[in-house]
Amino acid sequence: MAHTDSTHSVEDNHGSLKSYTIGFLCSIVLTIIPIAIILGGWLEGTSKAVALMMFGVLQFIVQLYFFMHLREEKKPRYNLISLVLGLVILVVIVAGSMWIMLYNMVAL
Amino acid sequence: MLEHIKSFASGFFVTGDPMIYGADVSILLTILAVLFTLTYFKKWRWLWKEWLTSVDHKKIGIMYILSAFLMLFRGGVDALLMRAQLAMPNSNLLQPDHYNEIFTTHGVIMILFMAMPFMFGLFNVIVPLQIGARDVAFPFLNSLSFWLFFAGAMLFNLSFVIGGSPDAGWLAYPPYSELMYNPGVGQDFYIWGIQISGIGSLMTGINFIATILKMRAPGIKLMKMPLFPWSVLSSCIAIIFSFPILTATLALLFLDRYAGAHFFTLDGGGNPMMYINLIWMWGHPEVYIIVLPAFGIFSEIVSTFSRKKLFGYHSMVYAMMIISILSFLVWAHHFFTMGSGADVNSFFALTTMLIAIPTGVKVFNWLFTMFRGRITVRTPMLWTIGFIPCFIVGGLTGVLLSVAPADFQFHNSYFLIAHFHQVIIGGVVFGYFAGLYYWWPKMFGFTLNEHIGKWAFWFWNIGFYVCFMPQYVLGLMGMTRRVVSYSWDKGWWPLNLVSTIGAGLMGIAFLFQAWQIFHGIKHYRKNRDTTGDPWNGRTLEWSIPSPAPHYNFAVVPQVSELDDWWEEKQRREHNPYVPPAKEIIEPIHMPKNSGIPILMAGFWFMAGFGFVFHWLWLTVPGLAGVAICMLAHSFNDDSDYYIPIEEIKETEAAIRKVTTS
Repeated sequence: MAHTDSTHSVEDNHGSLKSYTIGFLCSIVLTIIPIAIILGGWLEGTSKAVALMMFGVLQFIVQLYFFMHLREEKKPRYNLISLVLGLVILVVIVAGSMWIMLYNMVAL
Repeated sequence: MLEHIKSFASGFFVTGDPMIYGADVSILLTILAVLFTLTYFKKWRWLWKEWLTSVDHKKIGIMYILSAFLMLFRGGVDALLMRAQLAMPNSNLLQPDHYNEIFTTHGVIMILFMAMPFMFGLFNVIVPLQIGARDVAFPFLNSLSFWLFFAGAMLFNLSFVIGGSPDAGWLAYPPYSELMYNPGVGQDFYIWGIQISGIGSLMTGINFIATILKMRAPGIKLMKMPLFPWSVLSSCIAIIFSFPILTATLALLFLDRYAGAHFFTLDGGGNPMMYINLIWMWGHPEVYIIVLPAFGIFSEIVSTFSRKKLFGYHSMVYAMMIISILSFLVWAHHFFTMGSGADVNSFFALTTMLIAIPTGVKVFNWLFTMFRGRITVRTPMLWTIGFIPCFIVGGLTGVLLSVAPADFQFHNSYFLIAHFHQVIIGGVVFGYFAGLYYWWPKMFGFTLNEHIGKWAFWFWNIGFYVCFMPQYVLGLMGMTRRVVSYSWDKGWWPLNLVSTIGAGLMGIAFLFQAWQIFHGIKHYRKNRDTTGDPWNGRTLEWSIPSPAPHYNFAVVPQVSELDDWWEEKQRREHNPYVPPAKEIIEPIHMPKNSGIPILMAGFWFMAGFGFVFHWLWLTVPGLAGVAICMLAHSFNDDSDYYIPIEEIKETEAAIRKVTTS
């Protein structure tokens, strides 16, 4: 509710111009490189897929670190806990799907 | 011009079936009756101000439960029609395409538009009261969740009279749900009905996690929280991680149908099995989402009616959290027969069997709570006692199904049908009924007739076994699900007839429940709950009057232990001369009602309807309306107010006067 916001805004006071600039530059670089890989045709096949996924993960980390202020959260660290749980479930979904679908005797 | 309208209407409205014409007429008459009543008694303003725009969690909860009952009626009629069709061999009561529509809408309505809103209704009414809060964390969002659910449910139900119902099963497996085989609008109604209500479900999940983690009254540490909020927390965790999967999957299916994509088609590099894989990643957690709160309800009821502390509180909490996470690791057991090989199947068979362990722990905890308790068998307890054997049998047949090699025999047979109805009716429906009877006095301020309630219980319970036990046998005899008819030489007739009789008994049970509610309303004054604590309860919701005033607690309670209200009553009994702690009433900060949620849901409905019929002229203004509603709410600073002390004192005095007279 709106009234409780006064206490919240004190905690909200995080991040500096420097950290935002670093974060912005990192995320831009991490966006340009994958685009360049695709447009320039630098990589092919599996190496391309792996590289793109790696840049995606790095981008994710940059966002969380510089813009979501993950490390500045106060205890209990609900955001961190839910992020870890979300990642676990994400891995289960992606890896599980690949496992199920790639070893599918009918689809082969 | 007239010809033009005629040809449009014949495609737009569902025509040709006398049953649907009958339904058209009854829908029209009901709408007219409602409009007339509201106008005649001049209740429009009251309806708008007190209910439709309300952000009060108790009112939203009641609206959820009311909608769930209406949907239970429709889903139940679907079920009875199916059972009537199968009562005799070679029956012609329903045409095959109509039968397909009915089993599809039965499944979708019962899970998504009956169980989910029933569950959300109970969340809404009870969770804030049990944790000593005055509302949920985000009251506006809560109202929006309800109205999005409502818009989605109405959109889905509209397919019955406009455009034609979906007919590809409750999970709409491709390739049959793809445009090539299903060119009508039914599947699009399915997709948008579920998508729109799914946004609401996701928001409710977020809302209740925030409420439970952030809004507990002072002293309620997590491990001193009653078990129902714990079960809600575990259920909501599963909601926020699984509903996005459903949304993404249905969005892909929609792209296939709307934009000619090839995610799940047979050609163009698509793979329909990927859909099955994805949809069960939501579908399996979903069944735990709906059953976990039922476990929480049973835990509250068992402890209250046994006059004992719940046995194994900590193990109960851990069991629910483990189930909530483990439910994400079992999805492939729904398609063992897809042929992913022995490694995949044995992994998922094992994880499935693992879930039986925490569930078993819970059953033993309930039994040990009853052991040497002073049990009083009132209706809520009756449902709980009915649930335990039913759920054990359902769980055991589930373990049988989890054996991957054996599943090749059981898969998609009536054995499966009997199994999941047993866990969902025996677990979820019995659980929600138990909760409804238990908290009814808190919601409405009067108790229901126990006698009629017992009749309803026995009809439900006996009807259930008569209906579904034969289906296990039918499954083993080779009857597959979704068959519209069978011949005499199959030998399935006697058991099917018995099963139909059982379904009829459950239908009668529903009538008993409706009668019980009407009876309760009629004799409202006589059965008033003046104590606020009709069952001699243990948790905070029983410490305030029934029905709770709109601010719930005049003074936020200070809690020191689990089952705090019970301990408080014990203290008062031992030492009646200690005056209750001095209560200082302060102005209460409350959220203001808002008309935006219902408007926004209306715009979503427009957009969804436009998507279904490919009418951009309706979709675009609909989505624009949604955006405008969001903006309007963002710039609205006038969202809260304070209840002055005098008003609180007056309200409290008025309630006390009623409760003591």
